[in-house]
Amino acid sequence: MSLFTRTNAAFNLHEINTKDATDHQLAEVSGELGLGLSLGEMKQVQTYFKTQKRNPTDVELQTIGQTWSEHCYHKTFKGKIRFDGKEIDSLFKTYIAKATQEIAAKWCISVFEDNAGIVSFDKGYGIAAKVETHNHPSAVEPFGGAATGVGGVIRDVLGVWADPIACTDVLGFGPLDYDYNKLPPGVKHPKYVYMGVTAGIATYGNNMGIPTVNGAIYFDESYTGNVVVYCGCIGLLPLDKYKKEAKAGHVLIVAGGKTGRDGIHGVTFASAELTEKSEEISRPAVQIADPIEEEKVKRAMIEIRDRELASATTDLGGGGMSSSVGETAERYGCGVTVDLDKVPLKYAGLAPWEIYVSESQERMLIVVPPENLKAVFEVFEKEDVEATAIGILTPEKHLRLRFEGVTVADLDMQFLFKPIKSAKTASFEKITLTEPIFSVPKNLTETLMQLLSASNIASKESVVRSYDHEVKGNTALKPFQGEYAGPNDASILKPLDNSWRGVSISCGMNPNYGKIDAYDMAASAIDEAVRNNIAVGGSRIALLDNFVWGNPEKPERLGSLVRACEACYDVATAYGTPFISGKDSLYNESPLGPVTPTLLITAVGLVPDIRSAVSMDLKAPGNLLYIVGKTYLELGGSEYYKLQGYLGKSVPKVHAAKAKKTFNAITKAISKGTVKACHDLSEGGLAVSASEMAFASNLGLELDLAKVPSNGIKRDDFLLFSESNSRFLVEINPKDKAAFEAVMKGKVCAEIGKVTKNPTLKIKGLKGSTIVDADVAGLRAAWKRTLSEEA
Amino acid sequence: MKLQDIRVCVMRVGGTNCDAETQRAFHELGVQADVRHLNELVKQRNLLDYHMLVFPGGFSYGDYVRSGAIFARMLTAKLGKDLRSFIDQNRPILGICNGFQILVEEGLLPGFEGVSDFPEASLANNSRGYRCQWVYLKNENKSKCIFTTKIPKGKVLRMPIAHGEGRFLFPKEKEEALLQKLIDNDMVALRYCSKDGADANGKYPANPNGSFHDIAGICNREGTVFGLMPHPERAFYWWQQPDWTSQQAMPQFGDGKLIFESLLDHFAKKL
Repeated sequence: MSLFTRTNAAFNLHEINTKDATDHQLAEVSGELGLGLSLGEMKQVQTYFKTQKRNPTDVELQTIGQTWSEHCYHKTFKGKIRFDGKEIDSLFKTYIAKATQEIAAKWCISVFEDNAGIVSFDKGYGIAAKVETHNHPSAVEPFGGAATGVGGVIRDVLGVWADPIACTDVLGFGPLDYDYNKLPPGVKHPKYVYMGVTAGIATYGNNMGIPTVNGAIYFDESYTGNVVVYCGCIGLLPLDKYKKEAKAGHVLIVAGGKTGRDGIHGVTFASAELTEKSEEISRPAVQIADPIEEEKVKRAMIEIRDRELASATTDLGGGGMSSSVGETAERYGCGVTVDLDKVPLKYAGLAPWEIYVSESQERMLIVVPPENLKAVFEVFEKEDVEATAIGILTPEKHLRLRFEGVTVADLDMQFLFKPIKSAKTASFEKITLTEPIFSVPKNLTETLMQLLSASNIASKESVVRSYDHEVKGNTALKPFQGEYAGPNDASILKPLDNSWRGVSISCGMNPNYGKIDAYDMAASAIDEAVRNNIAVGGSRIALLDNFVWGNPEKPERLGSLVRACEACYDVATAYGTPFISGKDSLYNESPLGPVTPTLLITAVGLVPDIRSAVSMDLKAPGNLLYIVGKTYLELGGSEYYKLQGYLGKSVPKVHAAKAKKTFNAITKAISKGTVKACHDLSEGGLAVSASEMAFASNLGLELDLAKVPSNGIKRDDFLLFSESNSRFLVEINPKDKAAFEAVMKGKVCAEIGKVTKNPTLKIKGLKGSTIVDADVAGLRAAWKRTLSEEA
Repeated sequence: MKLQDIRVCVMRVGGTNCDAETQRAFHELGVQADVRHLNELVKQRNLLDYHMLVFPGGFSYGDYVRSGAIFARMLTAKLGKDLRSFIDQNRPILGICNGFQILVEEGLLPGFEGVSDFPEASLANNSRGYRCQWVYLKNENKSKCIFTTKIPKGKVLRMPIAHGEGRFLFPKEKEEALLQKLIDNDMVALRYCSKDGADANGKYPANPNGSFHDIAGICNREGTVFGLMPHPERAFYWWQQPDWTSQQAMPQFGDGKLIFESLLDHFAKKL
C-alpha cells in the first residue's frame, strides 16, 4: 500500500498509511501535508491509529496537526524545559499563572482560560482584554496581515461576549532608511512593511468603529526580517451575560464570513521560521480582511448576548474550525459531530480538510440551545449576516466530522487533547559586554534635539492620526494632549454613561534592553506599562504579556525566554499586578537572523473618577517641578548610548519593592488633587521627558541637575539621559507643596525646578552652568520632524 | 412641539458605527431617538412615524465604490417613496460624516433644484489621507439652516473630524458659479477656520482635507437637510475635549451640543 491513497469517496479524501510507515515516511507525511508535527508526535499518532486498527484520513491528520501546533497548544510554554540544572514543568504555570494565583485579586473574573481575560469594572460590568501577535502574516502581506490581526483580536473579545470599546497596537519595524542592497531575497523593505501594516490597522479599526487609543512604534534592526505586529482589544460586558454553559444537544452555528482557501495552515506557518520561500509557500496562509462583515457580526453577537439566546461562543481564529470546534467540545466535556458540507463556502471545490482548517476571517462559532435557534437566525438575518447550523455537541467524547454523509474523521477527544509534552533544553550565558568610554558632548542642547528626533522617541502622530481614536465618543484622555499634541502616557476611556469610572490603557516595551539581559528587559517593560498607567491616574492594574521570540529549539533563545518569565513573576508579584491574558509568538527568525527578544506588556487600569485624570502637559507658570524616583548610572541599552553608537552594559534594573511604594505615593497624590501634570521618564530620560512636558503646553522649564537624586552620577549627560525605571516628573502648584511632600515622605523625591511663562527649556548642569537652553517650539519641531508626512 | 413628543430615527446599516453616541446626544437633551436598521424600516414601513432622520457616521457598506454611494442607492431602492414624503414635508434630516456623504450621494445636498437624481457635489479623498483631529469651525449661515441657529454670532466652534474622504468639491469648471448659488441661497453653514476665526484659505491644518471654500457643512435650499463632516456628537461633553485636563474650568458641554440644540429649537417653535 502506498503512503497516500485517494479513497473512493465522491470528493477529495485521502487515507494515509501510517500503519506501515517507517520513521522516515512519518516525517515525510508531516512535511508533505504541512502538519508541522515532530517525529515523536507522528509516532504518537501512529500508535493511536494502530489501536484503532485503521489508517488516518487527511482530515484527521490535519486536525491533529493544527490542534497540537505551537500556535494552538503553546508547546514551549506548557512543555518541560531543562535550564540551569533544574527542570521547569511549564513556563506558563511556573511563572506567569503563578504570579496571578499568588496575587489572588478578587477583581479578576476570568484569567487565561477564555479568549480574553476579564476583570470587574463598575455597575455589574467587566472589562475584557486581549492582545495577539500577527507577525508572520504581516511579513508576507503587510496590509492584510495587520488588518486580520486586528480582526482576530476583536473576535477574541467578542468570544467572551464583550462589546469591543478600544484597540491598541504596538508595532516593530526595521529602520525606515534601510539599505535596499542589504535586503536578502524574500525580505520586504521596512518602509513598505511600515506603510502596509499601519494602513491595515487603520482600515480595520476605523471601519469597525472601534477607537485605536494606545500603542507604540519601535524601530530595531532585527525587525527588518521579522516585523512585529501586536494587536490588542479591550471590551465591555455585563457580567451577568457572560454565558459559558453549553451542553450536549446544543447546536453549533458558524456565522459571518464564508470559508475559502485563504488562511490555510496559518498556525503551522506561524510556528516555523520565515524563509526566502515564505512568500511563495505561505501566501495562502494570509487571510483577507473584511471589517464591515465583522461589524455586522458584532451587532448580532451583542443582541444575542443581551437576549441570552446562546450558551457559548468562541471565535474562529488560528486553526479555524479545527481549533474552535474541538476546543469548544473539550471545554464543555462533550463530543461533537459536524457536517462539513454545510459550511458556506466562498467557492466550490474545497476538500473537507481545507474547510476544517481554513482561517477565513470574520467567522464566529456560537452554541445555541435548539429552542433558541429560530430567534438567533432572525437576529443574524436582520444584520445581513449569514449563519448556518453545522453540527451538534454530543455526549460521546468523540470528534466526528462528516462530509456528504461520509465520516471523514472520528477521533477520541482524550487523544486529541493530550499531546506528548515537549521537552527542550535552555541555556543562558551572560554575554560579555562593556561600558563605552566617551567624553561629554560639548553641546547637550544639540544632543537633546537629536534624541527627540530619534525614531524611537520621535512623534508617531502621522500614523496615530490615521487611526480614529475618538469614535464612540468615550475617549476622555487621548493619545495626544491638546493643541500641541504632546504624548500622553496612557489613554483613558469612559465607557459607561452613568459612571465616572474610567479604563486606563498603557503599554511598556524595551527590546533594546533585551540585547543585554532579557530579565531586565522584561522587568523594565512591566515597570514602564505600570508607571505609564499610574501617571494618568490609573490604579488596580491588570497586565497582559505577549512574547515575541526566536526559535525555542535553540537553547540560548529558550534560555532568555526563561529569564524573561522569571522577571514577569518577580515584578508582577511585587507590584500586585496580575497577568490576565497573554500569548507567545515564537519562531520569529528570518534570513537576517532572529528577532530581538521582545516582551510587550499591556496594562489595563481603573481610574476611580476620570475627573481627576492627569495629563502630561505643564499647566501654569510658577508651578514647581519634582522628580520622583532615583536616577542610577544605567545607560546600557539607552537611546543615548545608541545615538553615540553603543549598546553598553549597565541596563536599567527594577527595584520592585521601592518602586511599588513610589507608585502608591503618586496614586495618592493624584487622588488628593495635588498633581497638575505627571509624565513618566523612559527613552531619553529626564531631558526628553521634560522637553515633552514643555512643548505640550508651550510653557518653559528651569531645572537644576544638581538637585536630581542619583547614586552619585557625576556627568551631566548621564543624569539627563539615564533611563532608570520607576521615575516620574510631577508638576505641583506651590500652595500644594507641603501636602505633596507629605505624601512623598520616605520616597526619593526632589524639587528640581519650576515652570516658566517664557517657553524655553533651561537646564543647569552639576557645575552650575546652563547646559541645555532651547526654545520649546524648536524642541517640538525636532520631535515632530522624523516621521511627519513631509519626511 | 414638546421635546418628549419628538421622535428621532437614527438609521444604520452594516458599517454604520457612530449611531450610539449620536443617539446619546439626543437622549441627553430629553429627546427620544431610536437606532433603526434599514432592514427593520423596510420591513415595518414606519419611517414616517419619525419627525426627523439622522444618518450617523461610519463606513456604510464598507464605503466601496464611493463613500455613502451604496447606502444612498439602497435608500432609493428600498425606502425611496417614504423618504420622498419625508423630504416633501420638510422633516429635518441630519447627516454626520458618512451621513453627509450619503446625503450628497442621494442628491439631497446641495439640492439646488430640489432632490437631484445624481450627486451635485463630491466629498472626495482628503489631501492628506485619513485624519482624526480637532478642527475649528465658524458658522456662516445667515438664518436658513435650522441646525445652526443657536450658534452665537462670531463664535469659533471646536469639533473633531475623522475621515478619509471629506474634501467638498464642485465640478471644477462650475465651482465659482455653484459656490455663488450656495451663498445666494444661504446654503453654506460651517466652514473650517483658524483658531481665531480667520479664513483657512484652503491651508492645512486649519482646512484639514482641502475642501473647496473651506466647506465643512452645508444645508439644502429649505435649510432642513444638513450635512457636515465634523462630529458634533464627539464634542458634546466637556470631557470629550482634547485639552480639558489643561483647563482651569470647562463649560459643561462642548460646541457640538449647539447643533442638536438648534434643531430642538426648531421643533419647539413648531405647533
